[in-house]
Amino acid sequence: MDWLFFGEISLAGLAMGGLYALIALGFVIIYKATKVINFAIGEIMMFAAYLFLAFAGGMELSPWIALPMAVIGGSILGGVIEKTMIRPMLGESPISVVMVTIGIANILVGLVEFIWTADPQLLPNFLPREPVFIGELYLAPKIAYGFLIGSALLIIYLLYFRFSRGGVALRATASDQAAAYSMGINVRRVFNMAWVFGSLAASLAGVLVAATGGLSPQFGIIGLSVLVVVIVGGLDSILGALVAGVFIGWLETVAGAYLGGEYRMPATFLVLAIILVIRPYGLFGTHEIERV
Amino acid sequence: MRIGDAKQSYEADEAIWTSQTQKFWLGLFLLILLVFPFVVNSYLLYLGCLVGIAVISTTGLNILTGFTGLISLGQAGFMGVGAYTVAWLSINTALPFPVTLLLAGLMAAAVGILVGLPSLRVKGLYLAIATLAASVFLHFIFAEWESVTGGMGGLSLEPAHLFGLTFQSDFRMYFIIVPLAVLMVLAARNVFRTRIGRAFIAIRDRDISAEILGINLLRYKLMSFALSSFYAGIAGGLFAYFYRVVTPESFPLSMSIFYLAAVIVGGMGNLLGGILGAAFMTLVPEALKLLTAALTPFYPNAPVFMSPMLEIIFGALIVGFLIFEPHGLAEIWHRIRRFFRLWPFRN
Repeated sequence: MDWLFFGEISLAGLAMGGLYALIALGFVIIYKATKVINFAIGEIMMFAAYLFLAFAGGMELSPWIALPMAVIGGSILGGVIEKTMIRPMLGESPISVVMVTIGIANILVGLVEFIWTADPQLLPNFLPREPVFIGELYLAPKIAYGFLIGSALLIIYLLYFRFSRGGVALRATASDQAAAYSMGINVRRVFNMAWVFGSLAASLAGVLVAATGGLSPQFGIIGLSVLVVVIVGGLDSILGALVAGVFIGWLETVAGAYLGGEYRMPATFLVLAIILVIRPYGLFGTHEIERV
Repeated sequence: MRIGDAKQSYEADEAIWTSQTQKFWLGLFLLILLVFPFVVNSYLLYLGCLVGIAVISTTGLNILTGFTGLISLGQAGFMGVGAYTVAWLSINTALPFPVTLLLAGLMAAAVGILVGLPSLRVKGLYLAIATLAASVFLHFIFAEWESVTGGMGGLSLEPAHLFGLTFQSDFRMYFIIVPLAVLMVLAARNVFRTRIGRAFIAIRDRDISAEILGINLLRYKLMSFALSSFYAGIAGGLFAYFYRVVTPESFPLSMSIFYLAAVIVGGMGNLLGGILGAAFMTLVPEALKLLTAALTPFYPNAPVFMSPMLEIIFGALIVGFLIFEPHGLAEIWHRIRRFFRLWPFRN
């Protein structure tokens, strides 16, 4: 076994996993606040990446202006989706709400094809090009810097949700909506903010992932990998999202490198199936007790 | 004009055939189905066959999702199992089509039971994701088990045959597909007059209460999975005979979503809704294609926008129905019927 190769693959996988963790965090924020499983998260990422393409490529803005604009655009999209399509579904069965997000995903794919055609696109490169070495291990610069930017936002989020008033409001709403409401927390605003912040994380990750791997209307399929991450980690667990994100990213890359690209999805879904049977609520998820 | 009918026994309430009027309209509908292939052109005939296949599969998913409350994202995978079974059997054996179709259904049911096993431990959206995992594995098997499935190239098969008769044209396939669809919908309707069907509904309404009432949850959930995948397997087998080529890409995840959408747009937990939904969701893209063809002389690049428009309309239909008409087309249908029933007293 070639340990150097394994080390490089693992490193790339872990860096990718860092981005998965960021997307999964966005997913978990939305789930914690609104109990919505967001099948459209991959498409929200895709939409933000296309916005970046339009700002940086089409309008030729500096990438460092285009990036925040695209990310803000993505988070506005999340807020608008919540307000117009998720809010009316409040109190409906989870199946219905999930189907709404699937419908939203379809609409977004259609919109993107409508505006930017179905052809694959390359994002203008904005990350430094010098190769990165960690010890003797080579890491592609796009992945390395993507990981750094992603981790920065991840850490900001973790601190924000731990210490700020908004973060406390979110956690209070997650544990008991009625109690949070009676304590003066604007629950509806928390719902909306959760979608905005969740989409913001996803949007940034979307631009970073698209910068390394290219962009096409099929980009949203990454949402399936994120789904695996959050189920393995536990739908309502931020810690779970981080651990499972890194692990699944690593597993997917290693499986792809050693067994071939067609094994990426089956490998991660195998882990998913095992977790579902052994620990249905994920590694760190809350085990809900049901009463009649 | 029909005002109301007093039912005096439980049997009468459960009966499928309740009135002469209903029998008359159903008879007329069956007559139209019978005459249909003789009077329409080949394109409409093709659509008729597609709707028939979609009705079978949607009815199957409706049993699982609409009546038992278990969400499945694996319907396309189960159809694939049926289609590959039919393809493999017709290439490697000389069995006539009723046997291969039945085996396709049974094979899909067996896989369905296997996929349903996690429903012992997980439910709701977790179960949906377990079925998603199953569909990923099934797609992987279709693509990689080359000695049986032919890999990415798939399998091509001979037309269906029975007693020396071959069914190579859409016209002949119509007479397999549509009677089967009618039969299977009728069978599904009858299931819900038995203990099994009522157990499904009880599980949907509240599974814990159902268990307290003495319903063996695992057994009935697996039964629902088996029945639903049996329908999917038959639909997949018909699909194989209809297109006579089966590839892993014939049954993508988007197809599972399509059937879930058909159930929702039609009306969950309503067999009539399943039929309406299947027909509606199959015909909308075709209508859009016709519209595009009609617009092309005036807007030469209309075809470019057709595929994105289709995606947007598909998504908007799902979202729109769920927000504005959660009980689906079936509810609209009932509203129309009520109008005629109450006319002219209503206003």
